Amino acid sequence: MNKKRKLYIGFMRGAMIVCTAITAALVLFLMGYVLINGIPNISWELLSTKPSYLTERIGILPDILNTVYIVLATLVIVLPLGVGAAIYLTEYAKNKKLVAMIEYAAETLSGIPSIIYGLVGMLLFSNNFGTSLLAGALTLVIMNLPTVMRTTQESLKTVPQSYREGAFGLGAGKWRVIRTVVLPGCVDGVITGCILSVGRILGESAALLFTAGFAHALNGIFTGLTSPGATLTVALYVYAKEEGEFGIAFAIAAILMILTLLINLSATLVGKYFAKRRNV
Amino acid sequence: MKRNRLFENIVHGIFLILGLITVGCVLLITVYLIISGIPAIKEIGLFNFLFGKEWASTAAEPKYGILPFILTSVYGTAGAILIGVPIGFFAAVYLSKVANKKVRAVIEAAVNLLAGIPSVVYGLVGMLVLVPVIREIFNVPDGASLFAAIIVLAIMILPNIIKVSITALDAVPKEYEDASLALGATPTETFFKVSVPAAKSGIAAAVVLGVGRAIGEAMAVMMVAGNVANMPSLFESVRFLTTAVASEMAYSSPGSLQRNALFSIALVLFLFIMLINATLNFFLKRDKEK
Repeated sequence: MNKKRKLYIGFMRGAMIVCTAITAALVLFLMGYVLINGIPNISWELLSTKPSYLTERIGILPDILNTVYIVLATLVIVLPLGVGAAIYLTEYAKNKKLVAMIEYAAETLSGIPSIIYGLVGMLLFSNNFGTSLLAGALTLVIMNLPTVMRTTQESLKTVPQSYREGAFGLGAGKWRVIRTVVLPGCVDGVITGCILSVGRILGESAALLFTAGFAHALNGIFTGLTSPGATLTVALYVYAKEEGEFGIAFAIAAILMILTLLINLSATLVGKYFAKRRNV
Repeated sequence: MKRNRLFENIVHGIFLILGLITVGCVLLITVYLIISGIPAIKEIGLFNFLFGKEWASTAAEPKYGILPFILTSVYGTAGAILIGVPIGFFAAVYLSKVANKKVRAVIEAAVNLLAGIPSVVYGLVGMLVLVPVIREIFNVPDGASLFAAIIVLAIMILPNIIKVSITALDAVPKEYEDASLALGATPTETFFKVSVPAAKSGIAAAVVLGVGRAIGEAMAVMMVAGNVANMPSLFESVRFLTTAVASEMAYSSPGSLQRNALFSIALVLFLFIMLINATLNFFLKRDKEK
């Protein structure tokens, strides 16, 4: 083997290992840094109170609740829409051009940056019924529609054609087949879509800044949805950038980090669970 | 029987509407952006708007030139690609071809975590770690700069690049590699001279996806780039297209030329993204046809 060839091989091998190590080190550093700086700042008081100027106390309970509300509201709306769209594509659509158009639209939606969603959400929703969690949730619905649609579609494709034919053969109508055979078959796709969407909603900030606002009021779910409110990410941004409260910001960052870990973990577990069930 | 037919048709109709919602959303977004973006461009003049070097929206004699934002976005994205793509590319080849199952599973989980971290968390760490470090090392008055934004963006696009490249590399038929090995190439040579060229459409798609993410990122960049509307320079405080929109939206009054100009910036950003999407589709389609 000549020298040049050896050098090439050595360089490429080295580059591969170094780059993989950089990636791994980055993740470790980010995790470590955020958790070490954040966890000591998490206290029961922080988690269970709302901010008060009188006692100079900062609490993030309103932000936690706002996040929960917005996740619930978004999922309630996006699930039927996304699953319905996926069912249309796999069960009904015969026109190839139409399918291509819908899929292209979904791809376009998933490529649009969140700041643009924020602007359009502001024009479409906030300007019509006020800056509110609901306006934020509706914006997030558009953002997450392609995700739910795609995961559902993937799992629908794995429902064997023979099941459908069997049901048709027994005299079932199309809707009955969908309700009794197709829908139960796409549960895993719907759950995966849910998990991915929750992850995206938790991490979203740019789209919510102008649609859901940044209030820290403590509300029940129905008042909460119709009034402005900051989610955890938006609160992090405000505390870090506008108010210089880095301790609080790190506490929120640590919470978000742990939630991200849990979401990734559950996505993997769900995937494995359903893969196993399929193979049986 | 007739009622049954009617019922089925209604159900079909409902699903058709649900299917068309995505198309409707895209149309709605496009139309809204164009309608709200055009007035300011008309008032300022397309040329002055796109190629004006000065942005001073709150000055007594306001100027609305967005060339600094366009160039910053382009440079910032290019920088992030320049750093992020090689790292992601080599890591992807390692994970797809060399790493054993366990290593791959662990690092892939780590990469997924990297993808899931909210952008404000990147911004926070960038603000408190990267910015001071840049100030110290390069001896500049403020570390919040284009360079800081480039590093943060490079890290943020890394997971996309790695994941999409891995998918492409995994799909290379084993026969190609076996043939190359049988002809006497070493494994490393085979990976880079056979597998990588075979997966080049997918890897190109990964790069384009990275471009899209980098150009569209707002919050993390807002926290580390300093946010002054300068012409781009590596250690200068800069504003991206995204952050230009985000930073003034809160205090611009509705209906004013300033706010309309922000919508025009969003329209420009949107056009960039559509162009990138079209490129992405081109690569993905080419991959499928093969």
